[in-house]
Amino acid sequence: MHLDPQEFVADMAGFLGWYYVVVAACNAGAVWYCIARRRFFWMLVWAAVTVGFAVAAYQAFDGRAIALDEAVKTQIDAFIGPVSFTVGTFVFLVVMYLGRSFFVLPAVAWAGLNAALLFMGVSMTDPEFAAVVTKPDNVPIVAMVFLLGIFTWWGTAQAVENDRRLAQGRPPLEKDYDQKVLVWPDVVYLELIGMIIATVVLLVWSLAIQAPLEEPANPVVTPNPSKAPWYFLGLQEMLVYFDASIAGVILPVLMIVGLMAVPYLDFNEKGDGYYTIKQRRFAYIVFQFGFLQLWILLILIGTFMRGPNWCFFGLYEFRDPHKIVAASNIKLSELFWSVGLGQSVPQVAAGAGFIVRTATIIWREIAGLTFLGVYFVALPVLLSRTLLRSFYRQMGVTRYTIMIFMLLMMLMLPIKMVLRWTLNVSYIVSLPEYFANF
Amino acid sequence: MAFGKKIIESIRSSQLWKSVFRHAPPLDRRNRILAVVSNFVLHIHPVSVKKHVIRPGFTWYMGAITFYLFLLETVTGVLLMFYYRPTLQWAYNDMLALRDVVSLGVLRELHRWGAHAMVISVWLHMYRVFLTGSYKKPREFNWVVGVLLLVMTLLLSFTGYLLPWDQLSMWAITVGSNMARAVPFVGYEGPGQQILSVGGIDMITGGSDSRFALLGARVVGEETLNRFYILHCVAIPLVCAFFIGLHFWRIRKDGGMSGPK
Repeated sequence: MHLDPQEFVADMAGFLGWYYVVVAACNAGAVWYCIARRRFFWMLVWAAVTVGFAVAAYQAFDGRAIALDEAVKTQIDAFIGPVSFTVGTFVFLVVMYLGRSFFVLPAVAWAGLNAALLFMGVSMTDPEFAAVVTKPDNVPIVAMVFLLGIFTWWGTAQAVENDRRLAQGRPPLEKDYDQKVLVWPDVVYLELIGMIIATVVLLVWSLAIQAPLEEPANPVVTPNPSKAPWYFLGLQEMLVYFDASIAGVILPVLMIVGLMAVPYLDFNEKGDGYYTIKQRRFAYIVFQFGFLQLWILLILIGTFMRGPNWCFFGLYEFRDPHKIVAASNIKLSELFWSVGLGQSVPQVAAGAGFIVRTATIIWREIAGLTFLGVYFVALPVLLSRTLLRSFYRQMGVTRYTIMIFMLLMMLMLPIKMVLRWTLNVSYIVSLPEYFANF
Repeated sequence: MAFGKKIIESIRSSQLWKSVFRHAPPLDRRNRILAVVSNFVLHIHPVSVKKHVIRPGFTWYMGAITFYLFLLETVTGVLLMFYYRPTLQWAYNDMLALRDVVSLGVLRELHRWGAHAMVISVWLHMYRVFLTGSYKKPREFNWVVGVLLLVMTLLLSFTGYLLPWDQLSMWAITVGSNMARAVPFVGYEGPGQQILSVGGIDMITGGSDSRFALLGARVVGEETLNRFYILHCVAIPLVCAFFIGLHFWRIRKDGGMSGPK
């Protein structure tokens, strides 16, 4: 696995060369676009970028592709961890959200896309990074990241435009296209062209990358790590913070039920049939946090950063199967009784009756049960009278209760992450007697 | 040119053509409408749509792409079934044959990459529907159907993942299906499973729990291969096809594609 980086770059010369050619061609397209619209300043900028990528392509073909310095890569890997990645991406999303009217400007978005593509190209010179990214089953995830970026930009750009229009008392831009067109020919031809393009894309993809086929299945040889299919890696990543019954069964069921409940919980009648953020800020933020932060980014961690023994690895780090991470997780009950009060944790006496046994267990877990009681009972009641008062009034008890329960369950994931990172807490309530830990 | 027109004209006026397409060429408004309403395949469409509906920026075309991928998966899947036997003896060998021997050697690639693409396009479709608030009244129930279709897409992909019977597939399914033994009450490592016991004898064991029901055995083996094969090729596609029909029908019944009022 440890290839000489120089040799590896030479191996990748053809791929990287063509990669930069395509990126340069895209920027040439941007130049043409700016000429057509008489934006000469940006035309010069993208022309310079085109030349830059063309030079990069020439160097790559020549076996001298731009690469990161080993020291820089080590620095990046040392910085990146579950905490910094999660917090960093969260801050990134918040900044993107707050500054959205700036970030959706075509020039800014295009610069961002160029930066991401350059990052990909530069990182592909690293054997470890390339090995993970070019694994055939991981290629769609890379594509998905770029597609999500592009479509999020596209949707947000229209939302920003619509919010501006709505503030001026004008209808959303969808209203500008109010005329009716006949399905034949307008829609059916679009569908035909779409099918042809989709078929061509899939054929090229299929000819370029062979479907993976590893050794025949062997029940006695366990691969390390064993990974679920990529779209379930967010769930597998949650196993770090929850037991299988929570991460693998209860939370997925709640996700499905919660998604189904969305139209019945979202009582806001505005923002129906057009892109907008300002008219439905709460729904928008909750959905984006759940989708981008807790679903997509967990999949990215599970796919690209989890290696042998489910250890966290930096982007360029050697996937060392002997990497050891000191695990010093403790339960909240231990933290409360031993560390906090300096006592021993209450133990169920052997041969104790049902009532004594149950009482002892409740006493042992009193800290966690109190936390959960406050979190799931007192907090919703408090919120219904303060911050979410208008929600409570408009939704009624049943819908409010379901909404707040779903929301609090969703937020349990980041809460457990933070508890793990800061206090090493594994379980808030642990009932090994019943195979139940939370 | 005139000759070509003549041929087209004679085809169009033949009894055979007229028996299939009962309207004149779709060149005027009346016949364009007839082209849609009198055609079995096209009649899921309305006669006309608002222009914003066909703008790429509004729908990203992700719903249509998802449905196209479903059709493509069906066609390539049926073709693959001609070559594939879901047994320990043959499953992997048939994969090798598909790769090395069978003509049109991209069949498995088309099916696999199409499946990945379908998962992504379903997510993007749902993302778009959320961002445009298109699930709001009166389309609530169609969103629910859509969530079911999302789940079915993931299950189709998951069950298909096992079929090549290589290390990648067997262990991915092992990891995934291990969740099934942690189901509350009915998984033998799930919370509360010991409640289901009669006279001190556990009802829920490794040989009788939810994971066993999924795998047909205690570990991923030939029984699992058979179960997943039938789920993948027959059971889930049938259910999925029903819900796709419902999904499309409801778009029309709920007043067509969403848009500003």
